[in-house]
Amino acid sequence: MVLVFAEATNGKFKKAAHEVVTYGAKTAAALGSDCVALTLGNVEDAGDLGRFGATKVYNVSAPELAGFDSGVFTAAIAGAAQQLGAKVIVLSHNSTGKNLTGRLAARLDAGSAPGVKAVPVVDGGKFTVRKAVFSGKAFADVEILTDTKVVSLVGNSIPVEESGSAVGVESLTVELPAPKVKVLSTKRAEGTTPLPEAELVVSGGRGLKGPENWGVINDLADALGATTACSRPVADSDWRPHHEHVGQTGVAIHPNLYIAAGISGAIQHLAGVNSSKTIVVINKDPEAPFFKAADYGVVGDLFEVLPRLTEAVKKFKSA
Amino acid sequence: MKMLVCVSKTPETTTKIQLTADKTDLDKGGVQYIMNPYDEWYALVRALELKEAGGGSVTILNVGPADNDSVIRKGLAIGADDAIRVNSEGGGSLYIAKQIAAQAEGYDIVFFGKETIDYNGSEVGAMVAELLGVAYVGEASHLEMNGNVATITRDIEGGVEVVEVSTPLAISAAKGMAEQRIPNMRGIMMAKRKPLNVVEPVDAPSTTEVASYELPPAKSAVKLIDPENMDELVRLLHEEAKVI
Repeated sequence: MVLVFAEATNGKFKKAAHEVVTYGAKTAAALGSDCVALTLGNVEDAGDLGRFGATKVYNVSAPELAGFDSGVFTAAIAGAAQQLGAKVIVLSHNSTGKNLTGRLAARLDAGSAPGVKAVPVVDGGKFTVRKAVFSGKAFADVEILTDTKVVSLVGNSIPVEESGSAVGVESLTVELPAPKVKVLSTKRAEGTTPLPEAELVVSGGRGLKGPENWGVINDLADALGATTACSRPVADSDWRPHHEHVGQTGVAIHPNLYIAAGISGAIQHLAGVNSSKTIVVINKDPEAPFFKAADYGVVGDLFEVLPRLTEAVKKFKSA
Repeated sequence: MKMLVCVSKTPETTTKIQLTADKTDLDKGGVQYIMNPYDEWYALVRALELKEAGGGSVTILNVGPADNDSVIRKGLAIGADDAIRVNSEGGGSLYIAKQIAAQAEGYDIVFFGKETIDYNGSEVGAMVAELLGVAYVGEASHLEMNGNVATITRDIEGGVEVVEVSTPLAISAAKGMAEQRIPNMRGIMMAKRKPLNVVEPVDAPSTTEVASYELPPAKSAVKLIDPENMDELVRLLHEEAKVI
């Protein structure tokens, strides 16, 4: 059995939850097994995960799960997996998943593959799954050697697929330890999609010349419904907040479309963005190394090109 | 406060990755190695700052062969008091975590970087926390201590969460926790005399194995668009790339 931990934020599922259930259903199909989903705490309409291939949804609710403590969440997921006899556990490779994957693997003495990008290949008892390594500069096909396996899926790696309809939800009781971590506050930016989950990203570099010029980036992002990002020198100069820094030492992103304006494309920047499906580079220097990694390039002054692109996007959207 | 900082040796950030002919390993010819940046810039430096402010000790731990001593000596040059190297060629994340856990009893805080820039797993710190039965806070961008109580800011999607936790604990450090320090000549000279204890590994099986590596497909040549004609770019993004 494949057990998928479907995370809810404020009681609601986001796209990442639908992706991991889709992934779990495909993994179960490859193994000739079933996929069930696990939710923790109060979740609205948990049975809806059946649409993405879960044959049943389980829920563990307890006061200990009110705030995020990786030890308590690990006990809940591992306890559910043991009760249900699940051999493969699937999580999202997001901030929650990164706090849990290793703990689960250690608790279950299981092999793990964190940050996978594709459904496992199951061949004569071998279970091999692909992940990006060297910050996206290569892929590794990792064979998990243990009977119990833990994998975490990078967001936006596989398309969400509907393959069923809503299913029943059953409560499970799992013994949980007292939390060691006390959550004091949780702050999330409202309205925009966070960078690690974004499908469309518009990013600016030193070519913008100063924080006062960011309007051309914001206007294009607004027209596209995209999330804004920046290069490291921009964040280091405090032109933009650090959580917008994409690259090897910042956020690694994997959107469908990455538009980079005024970024030359140092190898450390490319490492964080080269999982983007389509890359557009706008730079006045035709020798900028980023053009070698781009699908589409525009050689020109970004202060002229970006407003023109914004208008073209608006025209396209209203057509 | 007794602090342990776990460090990895990774290829330098500008390394162009090449594979061996049978694709089962990285072609190590010409590759320069460094201390994993998250371990060095954020985890180690924050541990040293806490020691400077409140006393205690900072020990560096590495699991690896004797080649790794140069990276460990750099950590000592930056200011760690002593170091432990578990003499091993490695064997996957859970193997490494078990080696660390075998050395990590009795520390108030065990530090990690948020990920290594080679395998990008972000899992060894969480594994060690589970093996030790202590709290774990991953991707932490701020850490303040008040006695034995830590106030930690951790990065979450599109925001931050602030948590409070008592020692002992394990933490993985992200950007924001500290600023890189360059070792000075005195530090480098002193590092040569600081203790570096080599211990033998404990028995633990490998739970994973890399069957093969592959490089991403080469990008086809960039398609240049007339800067006057952004309608054409929008058309291509819609019809050809199908991303809008």
